[in-house]
Formats: sequence, structure tokens, C-alpha cells
Amino acid sequence: MAETLFHKVWNAHRVRLLPSGQTQLFIGLHLIHEVTSPQAFDMIRQHGWKVAFPERTVATIDHIVPTSSQRRPFLDVMAEEMTVVLERNCREFGIKLYLPDSMEQGIVHVIGPQLGLTQPGMTIACGDSHTSTHGAFGAIAMGIGTSQVRDVLASQCLAVEPVKVRRIDVNGRLSAGVYAKDVILTIIRRLGVQGGVGFAYEYGGTTLDAMSMDERMTICNMSIEGGARAGYVNPDETTFAYLKGRKFTPSGAAWDKAVAWWRSIASDANATYDDRVTLDAPSIEPTVTWGINPGQSVGVTERIPGNADPEALAYMGFDANTPIRGTKIDVAFIGSCTNGRLSDIEAAARIVKGHKVAKHVKALMVPGSREVAQEAEKRGLHQVFIDAGFEWRGAGCSMCLAMNPDKLEGRQVCASSSNRNFKGRQGSPTGRTLLMSPAMVAAAAIAGEVADVREMLEAVPA
Amino acid sequence: MSRILSVSGRGIPLRGNDIDTDRIMPARFLKVVSFDGLEKHLFEDDRRTNREQHPFSDMRYNDASILVVNANFGCGSSREHAPQGIVRAGIKAIIGESFSEIFLGNSAVLGLPCFTADHNSIDRLQSLIEKTPDVTIDANVQTGEITAGSLKFTASLPTALRDAFVQGKWDPTAMLLDKFEEVRSVGGRLPYVSGF
Repeated sequence: MAETLFHKVWNAHRVRLLPSGQTQLFIGLHLIHEVTSPQAFDMIRQHGWKVAFPERTVATIDHIVPTSSQRRPFLDVMAEEMTVVLERNCREFGIKLYLPDSMEQGIVHVIGPQLGLTQPGMTIACGDSHTSTHGAFGAIAMGIGTSQVRDVLASQCLAVEPVKVRRIDVNGRLSAGVYAKDVILTIIRRLGVQGGVGFAYEYGGTTLDAMSMDERMTICNMSIEGGARAGYVNPDETTFAYLKGRKFTPSGAAWDKAVAWWRSIASDANATYDDRVTLDAPSIEPTVTWGINPGQSVGVTERIPGNADPEALAYMGFDANTPIRGTKIDVAFIGSCTNGRLSDIEAAARIVKGHKVAKHVKALMVPGSREVAQEAEKRGLHQVFIDAGFEWRGAGCSMCLAMNPDKLEGRQVCASSSNRNFKGRQGSPTGRTLLMSPAMVAAAAIAGEVADVREMLEAVPA
Repeated sequence: MSRILSVSGRGIPLRGNDIDTDRIMPARFLKVVSFDGLEKHLFEDDRRTNREQHPFSDMRYNDASILVVNANFGCGSSREHAPQGIVRAGIKAIIGESFSEIFLGNSAVLGLPCFTADHNSIDRLQSLIEKTPDVTIDANVQTGEITAGSLKFTASLPTALRDAFVQGKWDPTAMLLDKFEEVRSVGGRLPYVSGF
């Protein structure tokens, strides 16, 4: 019978039906970080349990790490304590940990793929909702809470229930100045922030087929913002080419066997889906959020809807029926697990090159990992940002959720390449976030207001 | 682990759709290595910045144990700190139009049932609590029946979670470890675990 990737991978990892009625699912890769793991290790100790498969868990620090100076001890006493606790837990239970003193450190959803830990056909769990990112490789990747982190540590399993699968086809060529971020913001705008509840999203179509792994990760990353339990793309030649030669991917004869297995777990051509949605790529514009959830967005040439949610308008201080373009910004942030990869930095650099950040704007460029930073520096991209007036920072989650010193102040408006525009998300209880692509953030940083990046692209010869 | 057959107590109505976990527990309060004391920071920014008084700052709902919310409650970040704060504030059940799946799972593991019902029933229950905050709400986990004064409607829980509460099996670690040889055998059959 023709099956989807979701069902094939689910069935391969299904251990048994629990007496509670839930499914016991084996987790192939467990990623942990400093914020959602300390209480899980405490629970393991309290019960006298062991970590069942320590070699299947990998740790890093990303959420609380400062990006201005990463020298230890961190100035923030609590950030230092959380790091020390993670170090102690990993040492005690034999778990591999990547700290800022190693080249492998970075945002957990950037380093997993970069190290080749993330592979097709796996089940992946992490105490972070953006775990859906790893679905770009054809894995079932789910965000979990701390008690579930404890479960995975203790048993390498989760008690879960299967979800339905919605196939989302995006077809056609994206226009210049339109990126993966615009595609996923458009999908969420169309299906709503609750539209994915009860579903995993399978993304495909000619647009997705033509995308790089970085772009597919941006799409899958924000599946959770659409309410979906997971999001994935079927593995293909692009996936295999990305993975070949990475630190933890198989080599030699094992590589060929791996590719054969990876091909076999892709959805069958005639698989049936619980729902199908199709989008037309050429109709997608550079997209900007105007409200307090990622579904509240418009194309940059559009106006804020006439029927816009009054609570969102009141919080943002915006009026219905006004253009989003020209909205003044105070801060520009490029980074995060959504858009902190090398291709994001390149796309933004292309806009920034030869320009200056507007005088009233504070602009941050925060690479997603140390390796991304190093690659960008090798290409001289850091200098492009520094010359323009951006701050070039160390790797971490930074101003996406502001658990480190990078925060908005008061009612500042931030053009942000991150994933959430929730009330207070960027560290100020009254701060305001406009989500957009890294190139659009770069354009806004230079213009000092929301601008149409397509006009700036025309000024730069390709 | 105890069986959870029903929850009774006074209610607290919290109106609004898409209330995310950043609002329930702002990120700066995640800079901790324990869940102790998180209840102090529940909805802290909403309570400070709302123009109207927030229900969690309203003395009338002080002893409430049943939270009544609207759609997509708990969306966004997977932080268990959000339901931990809710449980530590004395909430023993939530009744709402819908919940984010991660929030629902995190709550279940803490023994916090999240019932769902249609918009009208929820709205009527919220209005009733607003009018008479001392009304007792009874939520039956087995049947899904919700009663409050003369108001009566049927809510639901995902079947597996309902059964887990009723059987006292909502904290799954022991079950997951119960037949560990099966875990080893599934792991052993996976090509990437054995090195292809």
C-alpha cells in the first residue's frame, strides 16, 4: 500500500501500544540545551534512573549564551549557572556537549543538520518547539517539554499519538526578492496559526524541489507557528548532497546503504493524504507581519487588513487599512534558527553591501552557529555588515527570544528574521516585532523603515 | 500516580484566542534550573500591561482551580514552564475551545487535563464565572460532562489521554521503561542505529 513518509517513519519507530492508549515511539536523535533540560536530569536522579542511550543525545548551549563576548564565566550569573549545570549533567551521564569554546557550538537546530546528526528517516525530539526544522531532511521532528525530555533520557522513547498528514504543494518560481521565509509566512497566513493542529505538514511541489536545504529548513522551522505537530520535506538528491561528508553522516559502503534506505522512506508517489493544499509561488510577495502572531501578515505592497484583530492593532499601535511599507523601525535583527544560516547571511549581505544602516536603527547580525560565522568571515561577509553599521555577533538564539542581553527596550519596533511576533517576545513586555526575510530586514535597516527589498535588488547588479 | 476521575472547584475565565506560552511564562523567567516558584510569574507581563484587570490579578478568582480559555491556548514555545506555572498556581483542569498539541502533552504529563468544548459552551461558562465567581464547576474526566450551576455541557479529551488519567497512567516514564527489551529491539532494527 502506498504510504507517506510520516507513516513509514512512524511505523519503523513504533515500539508498542501503551496501556494508556498512546503509542510508545523510539526517538532516534535527542538534542538538548541548557533551558529545558536541567529539571529533566533532576527527575532522572530523583528516580534513580539512567540515561538509556547516552550516545543518541547531543547537547549544546544556545538560548542564554551572550553574543557580544562568549568568554567564560559569563557575566550573567544565571546564564553561567545554567551552563555549569548542563556541563555537570552531560559529564555525569556521558552525553556529548558542544560549548562556545568548540567550533561545533551554535543554535541546536543549526548544528544538528550542519554536523550531519540530522538524517532522513529519523525521529528527532528536542525540548524546543522549532525542532520541526529537522523535518527538512525527511525526519519526523517534534518539540517536547521537560518531562518528555526526561522520558527520552530515561527510555529513548515518547508516549505520543499519531497525527494526520496535510500535503502542501508550492509550485512555480519565486520572484527575485522573495524567499523561503515569505513562502512559509504566506502558508501560515492562508491556513492560520491554528490550521495545523492535529496535522504534520508535508511540503512539496516544484518550488520546494528547487530549494536548498537552508531554504527547506526555514519552511519546516515555522511549521509549529502554523500549529502543525511537525513539518517535513521528502529527502532527495539535494538532501543527500548536503549530507555527504558531514561529521556524523555515514561514509564508504554505509553511505550507499544509507542513501538507499533514505530513498525508501520518502512518501510513495500515489500516497494518500488527509488533506491537500496548493500554493502558487509566483503570486507570493515579500511578506511582513503587522500583528502579534505569525499568521497576521501582508505582502509588503498591501495594507493592514480592514478587519484586523483590534487587540493586535492596539498592541502594535497600528491602524487598519494603512500600508505596512514605511513603518518606522528601531532595531533590525538577522539571525535565529529560522534564518541564521550562511545563505541567509549572503542574501542580506547582497542588500547591505555599499549602504549604511539608518542612523536611528540598531542592527544586529547574529550567525546561527560558530561554523556559519566562520564560513561567512572567510568570505568577508562580516566586513560588509560591519562597514554598513551592523554589529557582527557570536552564535546563539539572541534577540529571537531575548534570554540573553540582546533585548528590545520599551515599545521599540524590530524588523526581525526570527519566527515569533508574540507580545513581549523580544524581551520588552511592550516591544513590537515585524517578521520578514533576512533580505527584507537588511532593506529595512538601511531605509530605517519597512521597505520593498525588490527595489533595492534592482539597484545591485546580480 | 493517582487516578484523575473528576475535578471540582471554582473557575477563572481567561478570554482571548492564541494565548501563547511566551505570554503565560515570559522567557526571562526560564532562566532557572528548577520549576519552583514559577507561579509567581504566571502571565506577569500581561498582568502588568493589560489595560483591563487580568483575571489572575483579580481577587474574585483567588482560589480558582479550573481555568476556562478560548482557542489555541498554549501555542508557540514548547516550554513546560508554562503549564508548570499554571499547576503551581493551583489550577487542576483547563477547559477551552482548543489547545496547542505541545501544551496539551506537557499538561497531561503533569496530571492537568485540558478539556475541549465548542465556542458557545465556553463563552457561557466564562460569562457564568464572571457573574458568579463562587460557582462550583464539576468536570468529569470519564464522561466529559461539565456542570456549573444550571449550566451543563459535554466536553472532550483525546481518548488516550482520558484513559491515561482515568487509569492513573498519565506520567508515562514507568510504562516506557516497562518492556525495555522491546525498545532495544526496535532500536536495533533501525539502520541508522546499527550504522547501516
